[in-house]
Amino acid sequence: MRARREALELLAPAALVVAAGLLGTVVSQATEIYFVTALISVATVVALYVFVGNAGVLSFGHISFFAVGVWAAGVLSIPEQEKPATMPYLFDFLSSTTVGNVPSLFIAAVVGGVFALLVGLPLMRLSGLAAGIATFAVLGITNNILRYYEKIGPGLNTFSSVPETTDLLQATVGAVLVIVAAFAYQRSRLGRQLRATREDPAAARAVGVSIYRQRLAAFALSGFLAGFAGGLYIHFIPINVDAVYLDLTFITLAMLVIGGATSLWGAVVGALFVSALDSVLAEMEDGMTLLGRTFDLPSGSRIVVVSAVMALVLILRPGGLTGGREFALPKLRAAVAK
Amino acid sequence: MSEFLRDAVDLQVQVDAIGLGAVFALMAVGIGLVFGVMRLVNFAYGQLIMAGAFALAYASDRDWPVGVGIALCFAVVLVLSLAMERVVFRPLRAQSAAVMLIATFAVAFLLQSIALLWFGPLGKTATSLVQLNRPVEIAGVDIRKITIVAIVTAAVCLLLLVALLNRTSIGLHMRAAAIDSQTARLLGVRANAVSMVSVLIAGALAAVVAVMLTVQYPTVTPTFALQETILVLAGVVVGGMTRLLSATLGGFLIGYVSGLLGGALPSSQSQYLPSFLFGLVILVLLVRPDGLFTRRRGLVERV
Repeated sequence: MRARREALELLAPAALVVAAGLLGTVVSQATEIYFVTALISVATVVALYVFVGNAGVLSFGHISFFAVGVWAAGVLSIPEQEKPATMPYLFDFLSSTTVGNVPSLFIAAVVGGVFALLVGLPLMRLSGLAAGIATFAVLGITNNILRYYEKIGPGLNTFSSVPETTDLLQATVGAVLVIVAAFAYQRSRLGRQLRATREDPAAARAVGVSIYRQRLAAFALSGFLAGFAGGLYIHFIPINVDAVYLDLTFITLAMLVIGGATSLWGAVVGALFVSALDSVLAEMEDGMTLLGRTFDLPSGSRIVVVSAVMALVLILRPGGLTGGREFALPKLRAAVAK
Repeated sequence: MSEFLRDAVDLQVQVDAIGLGAVFALMAVGIGLVFGVMRLVNFAYGQLIMAGAFALAYASDRDWPVGVGIALCFAVVLVLSLAMERVVFRPLRAQSAAVMLIATFAVAFLLQSIALLWFGPLGKTATSLVQLNRPVEIAGVDIRKITIVAIVTAAVCLLLLVALLNRTSIGLHMRAAAIDSQTARLLGVRANAVSMVSVLIAGALAAVVAVMLTVQYPTVTPTFALQETILVLAGVVVGGMTRLLSATLGGFLIGYVSGLLGGALPSSQSQYLPSFLFGLVILVLLVRPDGLFTRRRGLVERV
């Protein structure tokens, strides 16, 4: 019974993601974009969840790891002959190296993970507000440097000529991989120790759990996965530095909190729910006919609705849509309760 | 390096830095006051300032007298503050600090996106007070009038606030709630009244800041005051959130250092000013996580 319940905790979010991927194959080309975006969001939110959900500590800095993933994968996979045009000041070793799709995703993940580890070494000693502000400061520094340091990327310009290899299949596989990694981690010894520190720091310390080390491990893994998600993103759509700053930080946190920050199921549900809402609103901004009525919202109303929904969810259901619980069939939950 | 030092002690740079620090200190009071009473970090504080700035721009567009514009600015900011307190802060009072912070994050983006819908990304300009940007020469230093206005206004506001907190009964209630809200409520302090008053004071300060910032940056966009708010939040935490005084000092300090670095960094490096500031913030937090101006306490909360 217990094994079945635990298997469901992995299978339910994975199945939801695969279902979204399959649904994406039967819709029009224009609509498919929304599905790919949603799947990449799942990868990003689950990456954030690995740290925030398990540690119970807020991080405003995770989009930095996403951003360095975008930079690593983007800079390395632009064809060599295209590089001088958009990135004339690049370091030699960057401008003379070009890698394929899969290696670039792996490098993006490693760069994200190493960056998170280096940042986490000092920062994981902090907690509460100090940790929140310090991770925010990391985001500010990362954004500032990526914006102006043109030896490592395009600076203020938009990435161009990155091979667009993230299609529906790659996004689905990527999202499932991130979910599997997050699940494996939270079931492991390390993950359970970290969750123990979340529930009761004093008791966890009393049984010999090092809060610092557990948080650091989760932070690094989380950065690794966020870097990977960034790699997926830049292989999907050309973006610039503004796309990986406050707005993305907000929407990613919103997805996690709306879904329910303390469970993998909540992270996936939140990402897909907000993406679906966002996509429908985006269509309405372009004028959409639904049930015989035409909706034509002014452009920019998406974020109004998404942030209002987020505030509402927080007020009405502070635990998020899933209440922060893992997926369980109603019958099974009742059986466990007995 | 010596050039950096010479520029840093330059009187002109000093005066501008103190002016910036004064404005930041006012914002820090607004954020610190609400935090003290409600344990809530208001990320949406900058958007209140933004709303006030748009009110000023709206008035200046229609050539309304300056006084009317400022009155409109106060009205808009105060109404928004009250609405925020009633709709978002109050229902969330029992939640954890993290939930409340994210909720104010949502409110911030809500207000910002409404401004974007309403006024567009390019925003509007508020020009009715720009003559305050003209300099007056004092002892060989060109001081913009607004710098003097900012420093005097900040000092007056802070003195008024201190008087309110120490000489009135509502001030006493606020101080009691800030120290221990549970006990204060048991002893008859009305939580709703206290949080409303603190939000109103914070709102009035936001309106004052809106007036002073629009003089210096007349172009009002939906992201107006966003960068400043982030810096002040960092400054408030660096100073120490547990006491209003330390939070205010932290806000002043980050404004002052920001002005100093901005004036003294060579232009080739000035674009990295945010990195220097945030780097300093991280350093201070690592050494003094409870705040620079607070008394050191035990590292781990005892159970």
